[in-house]
Amino acid sequence: MSEFVLLYRNTLEARRESHDSPEKAQQTMKKWRAWFDDMTRKACLKNIGQPLDDAGKVVGGKGRMVTDGPYAETKDVVGGYSLIEAGNLEEAAKIAAGCPIVEIGGLVEVRPVMKIDV
Amino acid sequence: MELEADLFRREAGRLVAIVTRIFGIHNLPLAEDVVQDAFCRALETWKFHGVPDNPSAWLMTAAKYRALDVLRRERTARNFATDLGKLLESEWTLVPTVDEAFDAAGITDVELRMMFSCIHPSLPEETQVALVLNLLCGFSVGETAAAFLKKPGTMERRLTRAKSALAGTKELFNLAGAADVAARLPSVLRALYLLFNEGYHGASPESSIRGKLCAEALRLATLLLQNRLTATPAAHALVALFDFLAARLPGRVDAAGNLTLLTDRDRSLWDRTLIAAGRHHLELSASGPELTVYHVEAAIAELHADADCVENTDWDGIVALYDTLLALEPSPVVALNRAVALAQRDGPARGLEEIGKIEDCARLGRYPFYLSAVAEFELRLGHGAKAREAFGAAMKVARNVDERRFLQMRMSACDSALQS
Repeated sequence: MSEFVLLYRNTLEARRESHDSPEKAQQTMKKWRAWFDDMTRKACLKNIGQPLDDAGKVVGGKGRMVTDGPYAETKDVVGGYSLIEAGNLEEAAKIAAGCPIVEIGGLVEVRPVMKIDV
Repeated sequence: MELEADLFRREAGRLVAIVTRIFGIHNLPLAEDVVQDAFCRALETWKFHGVPDNPSAWLMTAAKYRALDVLRRERTARNFATDLGKLLESEWTLVPTVDEAFDAAGITDVELRMMFSCIHPSLPEETQVALVLNLLCGFSVGETAAAFLKKPGTMERRLTRAKSALAGTKELFNLAGAADVAARLPSVLRALYLLFNEGYHGASPESSIRGKLCAEALRLATLLLQNRLTATPAAHALVALFDFLAARLPGRVDAAGNLTLLTDRDRSLWDRTLIAAGRHHLELSASGPELTVYHVEAAIAELHADADCVENTDWDGIVALYDTLLALEPSPVVALNRAVALAQRDGPARGLEEIGKIEDCARLGRYPFYLSAVAEFELRLGHGAKAREAFGAAMKVARNVDERRFLQMRMSACDSALQS
C-alpha cells in the first residue's frame, strides 16, 4: 500500500455557490460527510486532514515579497487536504473521483507521497 | 451528529439581525457578508470534522469573531450603529459590547426589530414579504424568486433596491417606542398573513417551498408573542389562524400528492397539537376592543377544525362569521367563501344564487377558486357540461401544478358524470 495526498482545489466562486442557500449548504455538507465516512469504512482514509482558511500570504521573489494570497493570480485555491492509502496511483485516482467537489466543478489533485526504500 | 434540516435557515435570520444591530442597517450588505462567511467556515470545518454538539453556538461564535475582525479593520473608515459608535471604537468596550449583542436574551427583540424594518411603508407589500424571506428566513435570492415565481435576476434587483431603501433608514426599527410599534404592527401582521397565504395558495410549483413559507410565517408570528408591545390580541388571533390552517395541511393532498376537496379530506390526519395551540391563542386573542379579520378567520377555521366531517360542520356559525368578515373587510373573495358556506348549508342552487349576487364579480375572473366553486355547484346540480366548462376556465387561471392537477381530476369527474 502507498500513501497519497488529496488536495481539494476549487475556485472561491464555485465554492461559494455550493452553499449560497441553506438547502444547498446542507446537501454539500452531507455529501462530504458521506464520502469521508465511506473512505473510513473502506479503511483507506489515513488522515482526514484539514480545511484551509482562504486568508493567507504568499512569500517569494527576489525581495521575499509578501502578498495577500494565495489566490490573487490563480484560478483555483487549495481548500483542504487529506491523506489516503491505496494500492497504486490509479486506485487512488478512482477514490478521488468520488469526491463531491468534482460535482461543482472543482478538482482533486492526487499526489503520491514520495517514498524511497533504502 | 446529524445536521438539523433547517439549522442554517433558522440561524441565518437571527445572525444577520444581530450583526446588523451592531453594524447599523446602513451596513446591511457587510452584515450579510459576515454571516455568509461564518457559514462558509462552518461548512468547510464540519465537512472534515463533523457537526459539533452545539452547531448554533458554533455558528454564533464564528459570526462574532468575524464581526470583531470587521469592526477592528473598518472602524476608522466606517460608521457603525450610531448608539454603539463610541463603545465600538475602544478595545476596552468593543468585546463586551459585541458579546452583549450576541447574548441570547436580546435575540428575539433584534429579530423583531429587523422584521419591523423590513415592513417599511415605502416598499410594496410583496417586496416587504420578499425581504422578510431573504433576511429573516435565510431564503437565498433564488429561493425567494422561486417563492414568487419571479426570475432570479428580477428578484435580485428588487431586493437590492429594497435594501438600499432600508439603508436610508439609518437604524433598525426601535421597539422601545410604543406608538411607533402600534403604528407599524398592522402592516407586519398583514405581511405575515401574505407570507402564509403565498405558502397556502401561492404560485410556486414546488409544494415543499410553499410548506416552508407557511412554517416561516408561523415562526415569525410566534416571535411577536415574545414582546410585550407586539403580543397584541390581533397577533394572537393571527397565530391561532396559522395554527388551524397549518393543522389542516396534512390531508390537503392525498397519498398521490394531489390536492383534495375539503369534503373528501381525511380529517384524522389533521394535527391535533396545532389545533390545540390554535384554540389556546384564539382564547388569548379575545381581549380588548379590537376585532380584526384574523379573529374572524381564526374563528371560522376553528369551526372547521371542530367538525369531524363536512356534514357535522356548524355551517350556520360559519355563515354568520362570514357576514361579520364581510362587514369588516368587504371583498369579493370573502363573499365567495360565504356563498360556498351557504351552499353547504342550503344546497348548490343557493350557492349559485349567492355567487350571482356578488358585486364586482369580474375581479374574481382570475381567481381559480371562484370558477371551480361555480363548477362544483353545477356538477352537484347535475349540469355536467356547464361544470366541465367552468373547471376548464379555472384551469386557465390556476396558479400552480397542484391546482392544475386537481382541476384536471375534477374535469374527469364531470366526464364520468356526463357518461353515466
